Amino acid sequence: MPLPRNKTRNYLPLVLLVLALFPVFGSSYYNELIAKIMIMAIFALSLDLLVGFTGLVSFGHAAFFGAAAYSVVLLSPKYDPGNLWLVLPAAVLTGAAVAFVVGLFVLRTKGIYFIMVTLAFAQMIYFVFHDTPLGGGSDGAFLNVKPELRIGEKVLLDLNEPMQFYYIVLAFLVVAYVFLRVLLRSPLGHALAGIRSNEHRMQSLGFPVFLYKLASFVTAGGLAGLAGFLSACQYGFVTPEILSWHQSGNVLLMVILGGMGTLNGAAIGAFAFVVLQEVFSALTKHWQLLMGAVIVTVVMVLPGGLSSLPQRLKGLLIGGGNRNG
Amino acid sequence: MAELVLSARGMSRRFGGLYANRDVSLDMHKGMLHAVLGPNGAGKSTLINLLSGDLPPSAGQILYRGEDISGWSPDKRSRAGIGRSYQRTNIFPAFTVFENCRLAAQSRTPRALRIFSKAVAFPDLRDAADRAIEQAGLAERRDVVAATLSHGEQRQLEIAMVLATAPSVLLLDEPLAGMGPEESQSMVALLKKLTPDHAILLVEHDMDAVFAVADVITVMVTGQVLESGPPDQIRDSVAVQEAYLGEGEPDDE
Amino acid sequence: MDFSTFLIQLLNALQYGLLLFLVASGLTLVFGIMGIINLAHGSFYMMGAYMAFALTALSGNLLVAILVGIALSVLIGFLLEWALFSRLYKRDHLDQVLLTYGLILIFEELRSLLVGDDVHGVPIPELLSASIQLSETLSYPVYRLFMSAVCILLAIVMYWLIRHTRLGMMIRAGSSNREMVQALGINIDLIYRIVFGLGVTLAAFAGMLAAPVSSVYPGMGNQVLIICFVVVVIGGVGSVWGALVAALLIGLADTFGKVIAPDYAGLAVYVLMAAVLLWRPEGIFRRI
Ligand SMILES: Nc1ncnc2c1ncn2[C@@H]1O[C@H](COP(=O)(O)OP(=O)(O)OP(=O)(O)O)[C@@H](O)[C@H]1O
Ligand SMILES: [Mg+2]
Repeated sequence: MPLPRNKTRNYLPLVLLVLALFPVFGSSYYNELIAKIMIMAIFALSLDLLVGFTGLVSFGHAAFFGAAAYSVVLLSPKYDPGNLWLVLPAAVLTGAAVAFVVGLFVLRTKGIYFIMVTLAFAQMIYFVFHDTPLGGGSDGAFLNVKPELRIGEKVLLDLNEPMQFYYIVLAFLVVAYVFLRVLLRSPLGHALAGIRSNEHRMQSLGFPVFLYKLASFVTAGGLAGLAGFLSACQYGFVTPEILSWHQSGNVLLMVILGGMGTLNGAAIGAFAFVVLQEVFSALTKHWQLLMGAVIVTVVMVLPGGLSSLPQRLKGLLIGGGNRNG
Repeated sequence: MAELVLSARGMSRRFGGLYANRDVSLDMHKGMLHAVLGPNGAGKSTLINLLSGDLPPSAGQILYRGEDISGWSPDKRSRAGIGRSYQRTNIFPAFTVFENCRLAAQSRTPRALRIFSKAVAFPDLRDAADRAIEQAGLAERRDVVAATLSHGEQRQLEIAMVLATAPSVLLLDEPLAGMGPEESQSMVALLKKLTPDHAILLVEHDMDAVFAVADVITVMVTGQVLESGPPDQIRDSVAVQEAYLGEGEPDDE
Repeated sequence: MDFSTFLIQLLNALQYGLLLFLVASGLTLVFGIMGIINLAHGSFYMMGAYMAFALTALSGNLLVAILVGIALSVLIGFLLEWALFSRLYKRDHLDQVLLTYGLILIFEELRSLLVGDDVHGVPIPELLSASIQLSETLSYPVYRLFMSAVCILLAIVMYWLIRHTRLGMMIRAGSSNREMVQALGINIDLIYRIVFGLGVTLAAFAGMLAAPVSSVYPGMGNQVLIICFVVVVIGGVGSVWGALVAALLIGLADTFGKVIAPDYAGLAVYVLMAAVLLWRPEGIFRRI
C-alpha cells in the first residue's frame, strides 16, 4: 500500500450532507439504524488504523469497545444522568488504557500469533466482565439515564434525545475520520505505513518499532472506546456480548469487506455489514447462515473487498479486465 | 592515529553446531574504509548482522566509542549512528524513492508526537532525503515507485536510505552486487568521498573495487579471520592466496 | 484438600488437558504444515460432538457412531480442502481468517437448522459406565479414564507417524519447504489434503469422545477454539509436542483454578498465557 496521499474525494461532502439531512426525512427507525451504522463506522475506522495502516491484524478489538461501554454504565449514577464531561473522556481513556496493557503483551508477537493472542486476550476481558460481580454477569447492566452535557443548570446536550444523539454521533464520526486523516499524513502515520510495509527495515533505520505499534494500538483502543461509549448510550444497556469474539470478528469483517487500508473502505464496510445484517435478519432467524455465505463468497471471488468491486466491474465491462488480477 | 569508532572483540555466533562467526575481532576507525573479503558462506553478512544488532552474538563484545553495545537493539544502534545496508535489497517497495529516503531521514528526528503536521512538510527531512538520493545517483528517479526500479537502481536506493540517516558508521553488505559498470564506478567514487567523515565496513566480492578503496582488508574463511592488514599485505599473503585467491575469481552472484 | 480429592482433580486435569491436546494438535499441524490459520477448527469439534449425539441416537451405539463419524469427518475434511482451503494457500492470513470466520457462522447455523438449539446428552456406553471407588465417598468414572487412555494412545500414534513413517517425513519436509518438497517429486497437494483431513478428524474425534461427559450444546466449538489458540500460543505454533505440554498445563491451571478461586476460574488459563508471552513470546517450543 502506498503512503496516504491527498486524493480529492469529492463525494465526501455529499455523503456528509445526506447524513446531516437524513433525520429531517427519515423515520425514527431509520435514524436509529443510521446512528448505529455511524457508530460501527467509528469502530471499524479504529480497527482499520491497526489492520489497514499498521499491518496488525487484531482479532480482539471488541475488548476496547466493550470495556469502554461498560465504563459508561459503571461511572454513571444509577438514577441521574451522568456528566458527559466525565463519562466520555473516561470511556475513551478506558479503551486506550486497556489497549495499552493488552498491547504490552500482544505486540511482542507477530503474524498469526498476533491474531490468536489478541483473540485470547479479548476473551480474557470478556470473562472479567462475564464472571466477576463487576459487570453484572451474563445479563449485563443497564444505563438507566444517559449522560448529558450541562454547564451550571443549563443542559446543553442530552443523549436521551434521539435527535440530539444522532447529531452527536455524526459529529464524532466526522471528528474520528478527520483525526485519522490528519494522523495518517503526519510523521507518525508515515512511520506506521513503513512498519506495515517493512517492519524489519524500519527497525534498522532506527525507529523504535514497538513503541510506534503501541502508539497505534492505544490510539485505536481509544477510538474503539469512543464507539463503545456511543453504543452504550444508544442502547442504554451493556452485555458481555459486546466484548465477545463475534463482535471482534464482525468489525474485522467490516474492515476487510470494505477494503482495508482506506478510511472510506472501513466506513463502507460498516454500512454494508449493518445493512446486510438488518436485511438478513428480517428474512430469517438463521441470518448468520446468509452472512457466512456472503463472507465465503467475497473471500473466494473478491479478494480486494467490496471497494474493489467498481474497478472489477469496469474491467469486465471494458473487456480488458484480468479477472484473476 | 585515527579515531577508533566501532570494534568487535572475540565475537562469535553459532547456528546450531555451525560457527558463522568464530572469535572475530576487528576495528573500524573514522576516515578508514575497512573491507571484508571471503568466499560465499564465510560469515561476512553474519558479521554485519552482529555489528548492526540484527543478530545477537553468542559470545564476545561489540564496542562503540568505548561502550559495550552487544545488548542494544538494532534501532538503538541505528540511532546512535551505526547505519547498514543489506545484501538482499530491503526497501519499502510501494513507496517512491523519495518517500523511502524521507522516511529514513525521519528516523533521526523523532517527531512521532507531532501528529497534526504533515510528514512531507519538514524541509530538513526533505533536504536530507534529496541529498542522499543525489549522492546515490538516483536524482532522476526520485519520484518513481521503488518496486518498479531496476535491480541496480534498487541497490542504489538501498545505499541512499542508509545515507539519509546520516550515520557515522556505514556497514555495507555487497553494495556493488547487481549494479552496472557505470553505477559501480560512481559508487566507488562515492565511497571514496564518504570515507574521510565515516568509519566504513565494506563487504564486497569485486576485487578491483576493494583494492581501489580499502585502507584495511580483512579476509574471512569459514567464520574466522584469516588475515587482516593493509591491501599490499593481503595481496602478497601466501595464506590468503592459498585459501581464497588461489581458488580463482570468486563468483559474483 | 484431601488426597483422593486431589487425585480426582489431577485425573480431571489430565483428561481435560489430553482432550485439548487432541483438538489443538490438529490446529497446530494444519498451521505448521500448511500455513493456514483455521478459526473453524472449533466447529469441527462441535460437529464431532453432534455427530456422536445424532449417530448414537440412530444406531444406539457410541462405538458405531464414532466409526461412522470418523469416516464422515475425513470426507468433510477432504471436501473442504478441495473446495475452499486449497485455493487459499497463497493468500495472506487475513483472507484465511475471514473465510474460516464465515465457515463458523455457516456451521453454527447449520447445526441450529439440523439439530436445533437444545442441549443434548449422549449416553455413556454400558461397558464403560462403571466407576472406580477411590475412598468411601469418592469414585472416578471409568469413561473418563478411557478418554485419557485413548488420547495418550493417539499421541503415541502421532509421534510414531511423524517420526517414523514416510508420510511423516514428507509432512516434516513440507513444513519447512514447500517448493523443495515439490521439486523432489512429492505430491504436496495430496499431503496437504491428508493433513487437513487429519486435522478435521482429530478435532471431530475429540468432540465425539467428549460428548458423553460434556453433553452437546450450541457454541461448544468456539469455546474450545479459543482455548486451543491459547494452547498453540503457549506451546509454539507448529509444535505438536509443545501443544501436548501446553494442553496439560492448561488442564492443570483450569482444573485447580476452579478449586482454588472458583469465581475467577475462567481467567487462570489466560494468566498462564500472559506469563508465557512475557517469558517466551514465541511459545515454549517451536516447530515439530
Ligand atoms: N539465520 C541463519 N540460520 C542458519 N544458518 C545461517 C543463518 N545465517 C547464516 N547462516 C550460515 O552461516 C554461514 C555464514 O553465512 P553468511 O551469510 O554470513 O555468509 P557470507 O559470507 O555473507 O556469504 P555470501 O558471500 O554468500 O553472502 C553460512 O554457512 C550460512 O549458511
Ligand atoms: Mg553475505
